[in-house]
Amino acid sequence: MVSDTAMSDNGDSRKPLLELHGVSKIFNKEGKDFLALERVDLSVNEGEFVCILGPTGCGKSVTLQIVAGLIEQTAGSVILDGTEEHGPGPHKGMVFQEYALLPWRNVLENVEIGLELKHVPKSERHIIAKEQLAIVGLEGTEHQQVHEISVGMRQRVAIARALANKPKILLMDEPFEALDALTKEEMQIQILNVWEKTGTTILFVTHDVDEAIFLSDRICVMDINPGRLKKVLVNQLPRPRHECISRTDRQFNEMRDEIIALYSSLKDEELDLII
Amino acid sequence: MAEKQQSRFGAIGAFLADRSYYVLGVVLFLLIWQAASMLKLFGNDFSEAFSPYAAALALIEMAKSGDILRHSVPSLRRVLVSLFFAILIALPVGVLVGYFKRLEQLSYVVFQFMRMISPLAWMPIAIIIFGVGDLSVTFLLWLVAIWPLILNTAHGAGRVSPLWLNMAKTMGALDAGILRKIIIPAAIPDMLTGLRLAVGVSWIILVPAEMLGVPDGLGYFILDTRDRFRYDQLIATIIVIGVIGYLLDSVNRWLISKYSWKI
Repeated sequence: MVSDTAMSDNGDSRKPLLELHGVSKIFNKEGKDFLALERVDLSVNEGEFVCILGPTGCGKSVTLQIVAGLIEQTAGSVILDGTEEHGPGPHKGMVFQEYALLPWRNVLENVEIGLELKHVPKSERHIIAKEQLAIVGLEGTEHQQVHEISVGMRQRVAIARALANKPKILLMDEPFEALDALTKEEMQIQILNVWEKTGTTILFVTHDVDEAIFLSDRICVMDINPGRLKKVLVNQLPRPRHECISRTDRQFNEMRDEIIALYSSLKDEELDLII
Repeated sequence: MAEKQQSRFGAIGAFLADRSYYVLGVVLFLLIWQAASMLKLFGNDFSEAFSPYAAALALIEMAKSGDILRHSVPSLRRVLVSLFFAILIALPVGVLVGYFKRLEQLSYVVFQFMRMISPLAWMPIAIIIFGVGDLSVTFLLWLVAIWPLILNTAHGAGRVSPLWLNMAKTMGALDAGILRKIIIPAAIPDMLTGLRLAVGVSWIILVPAEMLGVPDGLGYFILDTRDRFRYDQLIATIIVIGVIGYLLDSVNRWLISKYSWKI
């Protein structure tokens, strides 16, 4: 209900690219059913940057993995660009928290893996992969080994790898969680650059409130026990976002307060959000 | 500038000084050996023939007569042919066993049981089936090489990160793509470790296996020198066996360092 009003607030100029209708997930752990996700409805418009925010156990990663096709939902449907989705595919670019780079491949070869699987010829592969590396600001690192580059660079390689498939949507599963605070802020700027340069649609999972506000057009705030969508907030923070100015903006603090108020009913130990 | 130059020479010098200990170890070994034979520690009759000096002379003689080549080449051929067929069987079996847990369970006891049996125990059976000759020797070597290859490949294929598999699926990989792009490259370091072990144990088993009625090979030549009372040549043949074994192992170590990946 809340989400519907929030979506119409966002203007009708953009059509929904991704829609989740009544998506639920029940896990079976040692013979006991456990409701991880209860009837999630959400939509992401073409070109939009949407964050899913919530504490551990709210099912935000499960939601993303259902969209990616790595987990099958118990009920409900996922519709991408008008067709119902079943299983994973290169049209849904996934960026994992742990990078998932292949250590026996150098940077360029890592970016090329999706193209190799599609049997794109070698010369064309090189051109596309180099383009993607340039987009994430990694020109000249093509021949470096994965263990030689910093963790921030590794995640940029993973983003370039997902982009190389020209996905309809980029799914990011807490991609900057393993990074130190400074690198994390750099990467947030970086991903906004990528988003602006490529115009790609991004669905981004995080438990960092500031990160969600800094990046998104809208924030899907999730609740725990069971995991469900609590509220969808439209983020009015002006763009382009700027490292310092945006974080001290009045609207930034107002959103922050609103989100914290949404979680006021939770006990401290349940709330592992970064505030 | 001069200081930099000097420190570089210093570094090279330190490197050489460090490496010189390897050479020193060999020299010390030869000196002790020579001393032992001069002190007649190997008995009055044999000490002279058992000395490294006599072995060196025999080595030169065998190199000139072509004996070294005549017996090393068949030995290397037997080891390489049996390794080729062992790899042919062991890599697919190892990948399947490593990847599918049920297959691993099904094969575990049998494989662990089989690998503990010396291939020489199979010798009479090998001779009944393949007759005396090359084929029996190659079969025995194959039988010894296959277990370390299978078990190490399985270990490598079994520890593929689920994260890589998920990543490959989101890249549109099907089973064949996952096998070619993820599982096999991920298992290569373990396959090479298996190869190193297989080569080592094959080379060790080669000598007794070649005592089974083949007309050439280093194992055969050991018996031949004994029969001709040429103990200096016997020692020289032992040296040849050790040197070739060391070189084979060096090739494997080089392969491992070249193709192993770091996280």
